[in-house]
Amino acid sequence: MTRYLKYITAAFLAVMLGAGANAADPLKAAFVYVGPVSDHGWTYQHDQGRLAVEAAFGDAVETTFVENVAEGPDAERVIRQLAATGQDVIFTTSFGFMNPTVKVSERFPDVTFAHATGYKRTDNLTTYSSRFYEGRYVLGQIAARMSQSGIVGYVASFPIPEVVRGINAFMLGMQSVRPDAQIKVVWVSSWFDPGKEGDAAKAMIDQGADVITQHTDSPAPLRVAEERGVFAFGQASDMIAYAPNAQLTAIIDDWSGYYVSQVQAVIDGTWESQDIWGGFNTGMVAMAPFTNMPDDVAAEAQATVDKISSGELHPFQGPLFNQAGEEVVAEGEVLDDGALAGMSWYVKGIEDTLPSSN
Amino acid sequence: MRIELEARGQPSVLMTWLSPVIAILLTLLFGVLMFVLMGQDPINALYIYFVQPLTSAYQIQELIVIATPLILIGIGLSICFLSNNWNIGAEGQFVMGGVAGSWVALTFHGVDGWWILPLMMVAGIIGGLLWALIPAFFKARYNTNEILTSLMLTYVALQFLDYLARGPFRDPDGFNFPESKIFSPSATMPLLSDGGRMHLGAIFAVVAAIVIAIMLWRTIKGFEVKISGEAPRAARFAGFNEKSMIYFSFLLSGSLAGLAGISEVAGPIGQVLPVISPGYGFTAIIVAFLGRLNPIGVIFAGLLLALTYIGGENAQIMLQIPDDATSVFQGILLFLILACDTLVRYKVKITGFSSRQTTGGEG
Repeated sequence: MTRYLKYITAAFLAVMLGAGANAADPLKAAFVYVGPVSDHGWTYQHDQGRLAVEAAFGDAVETTFVENVAEGPDAERVIRQLAATGQDVIFTTSFGFMNPTVKVSERFPDVTFAHATGYKRTDNLTTYSSRFYEGRYVLGQIAARMSQSGIVGYVASFPIPEVVRGINAFMLGMQSVRPDAQIKVVWVSSWFDPGKEGDAAKAMIDQGADVITQHTDSPAPLRVAEERGVFAFGQASDMIAYAPNAQLTAIIDDWSGYYVSQVQAVIDGTWESQDIWGGFNTGMVAMAPFTNMPDDVAAEAQATVDKISSGELHPFQGPLFNQAGEEVVAEGEVLDDGALAGMSWYVKGIEDTLPSSN
Repeated sequence: MRIELEARGQPSVLMTWLSPVIAILLTLLFGVLMFVLMGQDPINALYIYFVQPLTSAYQIQELIVIATPLILIGIGLSICFLSNNWNIGAEGQFVMGGVAGSWVALTFHGVDGWWILPLMMVAGIIGGLLWALIPAFFKARYNTNEILTSLMLTYVALQFLDYLARGPFRDPDGFNFPESKIFSPSATMPLLSDGGRMHLGAIFAVVAAIVIAIMLWRTIKGFEVKISGEAPRAARFAGFNEKSMIYFSFLLSGSLAGLAGISEVAGPIGQVLPVISPGYGFTAIIVAFLGRLNPIGVIFAGLLLALTYIGGENAQIMLQIPDDATSVFQGILLFLILACDTLVRYKVKITGFSSRQTTGGEG
């Protein structure tokens, strides 16, 4: 369904933008992926964004991509090779590509670079990310409503701020409707490892969790939930096909609008380096249809989405307490973006300890 | 009917050397077939894979950047494998070398001094050496299977690095992301040219290959290495100590892997990351065998494998050929090398059921 929506959006944009396309040499846009385009998660969604660019600009833009690029020295070579072979815009779509992208951007001042989820910018390097925590807050609320036991299992990847922020937002969402809700976290130390992700889900179900959520990219936890008759949430894309009875909803990363707007800005000569961190209100974060839940839960979730989107509700608004019970954000204030970007502490009520915190 | 392999009395010396060449030619042939099936112009695809990376100075340098760790590790592994010591844990030794050297770099971060880089190299060598010492000790002392111990220690090393990158080595100004500060200039490998990333490690690799080659062919120690592998009993009668050979081969290969590790971290990476190797320690096993366990051969094997990586990236960029094609290429290459090697040493005999009695059952 969302795929069709995307095509419709893309076609719509194409009609709007088609008039601007000229017969000159096509603009060349390249995408560097950390995983395979077939992962049905993170990389897949970025590639959907690339396809939206192709659909939107037709012959005016030529795209290419390199998949499975290891974070480290390989990335620098791939990015440089793309820049050296005439690409005009290069999107590097994983945090670990940050320093390689910075290095190459300094060497190729005429090429435009955009790096996802990082924090280093130069004159020709911009950064972008999505406020996935907004979606996680909604997931938490739904989970608290749907769980019998009040225990949710969280399959987590690495204790970086992005993931910690997600766990906190999820917990705050749960606490907003069920203050005694509990989270169990299992760290699988991978973004994509279906075996480990599935095992983690099984272990947590055995310990009483009856809703599973994940910050890893494979549909394995959903499949386990489907088999075991508990609920779960899709990650990065709508994974309903893997768990028709278990998926409640999914956070969808929608990069299409961002990619199309960046390419358009380069064509128009209006591009500038800035940090874009988009949430529900920009369409960069979207929810898959609310399924397998009562109407009132779905209505409440939709209301929360709308409130976050309008700015009426912020997932990290005070009063907020850390695990030790100390107040971190006072009543009436919200956590600023700097604090969100570097988040490395848990909110009150989470019983896990962060690995290797020091 | 069954198929049997029968040892040839004396494998042809010529064929032993030709075998990898034949394997490479057959790989190319399979490549043509694969590209035709994928709807690509095979000549153009092979050109982009194997020739085009050699047409730009930058890409030749990149070839050497990838080949450097493969060669350094591959040389050490050759000595291990020749002497019948199966060190599968070079990846872990590589990582521990990187860890030990990085510790020096981060301890003296911001300090300017010519001595920092040499100290890092020494620390890297010691790191790799100590990590290799563990399986060596257990094999020599308790006759433990070194394949298992060295392999399992690799995972310990990977987790240790992961811990360090997220904990003690983490950049305090890096928003809690798991990476260290970028090393200061005095802790970074000197580059061998402008505009590329080829670094001092390439010289280490060539020097190591020459030194080990001389050791292997011109010294008593080299004879001991070869005889320990080919005829362990004879080695014992000749008075060579099996245990000291275990330590020698493991410590040598551990040191070289450690040196490769710190060269990589202080070279193209330039900081500590949770993962510092895309599996060089394992790929180097292919390199060692492709290079006939010969230090000079390992140089060529390392360059060839590096070529398949860079060619694979170029093919993705220019032809939109998926990354899996590179893995298929490497897999076919290894398979064909092993097949050719086997056929050089054995004859294939197809026999009927009646031959069971004469050949003595299955086994």
